[in-house]
Amino acid sequence: MTPSTGVKTLKIDGRDFSARPDETILDVARENKIFIPRMCELNGLSTVGACRLCLVEVKGSNKLLPSCVTHVEEGMEVTTTSERLTHYRRMIVELLFSERNHVCSVCVSNGHCELQNLAQKLGITHVRFPYRNPKVEVDASHERFVIDHNRCILCTRCVRVCDEIEGAHTWDIMGRGVDAKVITDLNQPWGSSATCTGCGKCVHVCPTGALFEKGRSVAEMEKRRSFLPYLTLMREEHE
Amino acid sequence: MSKQRLATVWLDGCSGCHMSFLDMDLRLIQLSEMADLVYSPLVDTKQFPENVDVTLVEGAVSSEEDLHKIQAVRQRTTTLVSLGDCAVTGNVPAMRNPFGTKAVCERAYCENVTLDPGIPDQVPRLLSCVRPVHEVVAVDVYIPGCPPSADVIFYAVIELLNGRKPDLSVMTRFGA
Repeated sequence: MTPSTGVKTLKIDGRDFSARPDETILDVARENKIFIPRMCELNGLSTVGACRLCLVEVKGSNKLLPSCVTHVEEGMEVTTTSERLTHYRRMIVELLFSERNHVCSVCVSNGHCELQNLAQKLGITHVRFPYRNPKVEVDASHERFVIDHNRCILCTRCVRVCDEIEGAHTWDIMGRGVDAKVITDLNQPWGSSATCTGCGKCVHVCPTGALFEKGRSVAEMEKRRSFLPYLTLMREEHE
Repeated sequence: MSKQRLATVWLDGCSGCHMSFLDMDLRLIQLSEMADLVYSPLVDTKQFPENVDVTLVEGAVSSEEDLHKIQAVRQRTTTLVSLGDCAVTGNVPAMRNPFGTKAVCERAYCENVTLDPGIPDQVPRLLSCVRPVHEVVAVDVYIPGCPPSADVIFYAVIELLNGRKPDLSVMTRFGA
C-alpha cells in the first residue's frame, strides 16, 4: 500500500485530528477511541453504508453522512453524538428489533450480541414499533453451522467476508425490502452448497445470533474476530 | 404519609419475574413499610382494586382474558410498569405469532395428546397475535430482562414509590 500524500486536518467533536485522505471519518474516530455505533461495518471488510447507524453531522451539510463511507476533507467539522443522532440511531435499532424475531432471552448470542449491546448503550428499554413477527426459516442442514433468519439484520458481513477474505462467495442476498434474505449459493440448503469451504468466517463476523456453531445453547455462542485483522494485514503486505 | 398501594399482575409469562420479585428477600420487609401489596398472584385478593399507585405487569397479552385484565388494570393504576421481557417485547410467548393460533392449539391439544384430544372451550380464547403490553395500553415504565434481577426490581420500585422515574437502561437489558 503506497502512503498517500497530503495530510487532512479536521475536527471531531471539537478535537483536532489529522488523517490521510483515503481515511474515512470512522477510521479516524476508531484510531482515536471515539465511539460511533455501527452494525454493518467491520474493520477488515469493505464498507457498504447499509445500516445507517454510523451517521454523523458534518458542519455545512444538512444531510447526515454515514461515517464509514465518508472520506475526511480538509477543515471538516464532525459531530458524532447529538440529540438528533441519538434519536435516529434509537429508531434504527428499534426497527431492526421489530423486523425479524429477536428473542434475546433464548438466543445463542444472549450476552454477546452487538444488537443487544447497542440497544442497551442507546438506552432502549422497549420498541415503539409494532413487531412484524415474520415466519422465516432456520437452516441447520450444514454439518457444523446454522443460519437462523429470525436473528438476521441483513448487515451482509457474512456475504463480504466469504467473498473478500475466504474467496468462496457462497453467501449472497436475495429479494428486496422486507423479503430480502441471505442465501447460500443459488438459494439452496447450506449443507448442499458446493462452494462453502466450511471455514466458519461468516459465523464469527455475524453481529447477532443469526449464524452460530451447532451445539451452542442459549448465551453460549461467543464470536471470535481476531482472525480478521490478521488476514487483512497479511493480504495487504502480500499486495 | 399513608402507605402507597402496590400491585403485581401475571399475564402470559412463566412467573419468573414474580420469582425475581420474591428474590428481594429481606428487602420485601423494607418495601412493605412503604407500600401495601393490594393485589398480586402472591396474595389472596380476587378483584383488582381501584386507586393503585404502582402496578408491575409480568407477561405478554396473549388471551382475551389478558386483554380485559390489562385494560381494567390500566384504568385503576397511576403508574403502570412493564416488568420483564414478555411484557416489554412479547418474548417467548410471542414466538407463536409466526405460526398462527390454530396451528399452535392443534399442536398443543391434538397432535401431542393421546387421551381425549381436542381444543377445549372452557379456557380463555387466545388472541390471534401475542402483543407486548404497550401495544395494547399505555405503559409508563419499562423494566427489560428475563427476568430482571431482584436488585433492578427493588431499585425501580423504590424510585417509583418515591415519585421518581428510574433510568434502568444501565442496569438491565433485553434478555438479561
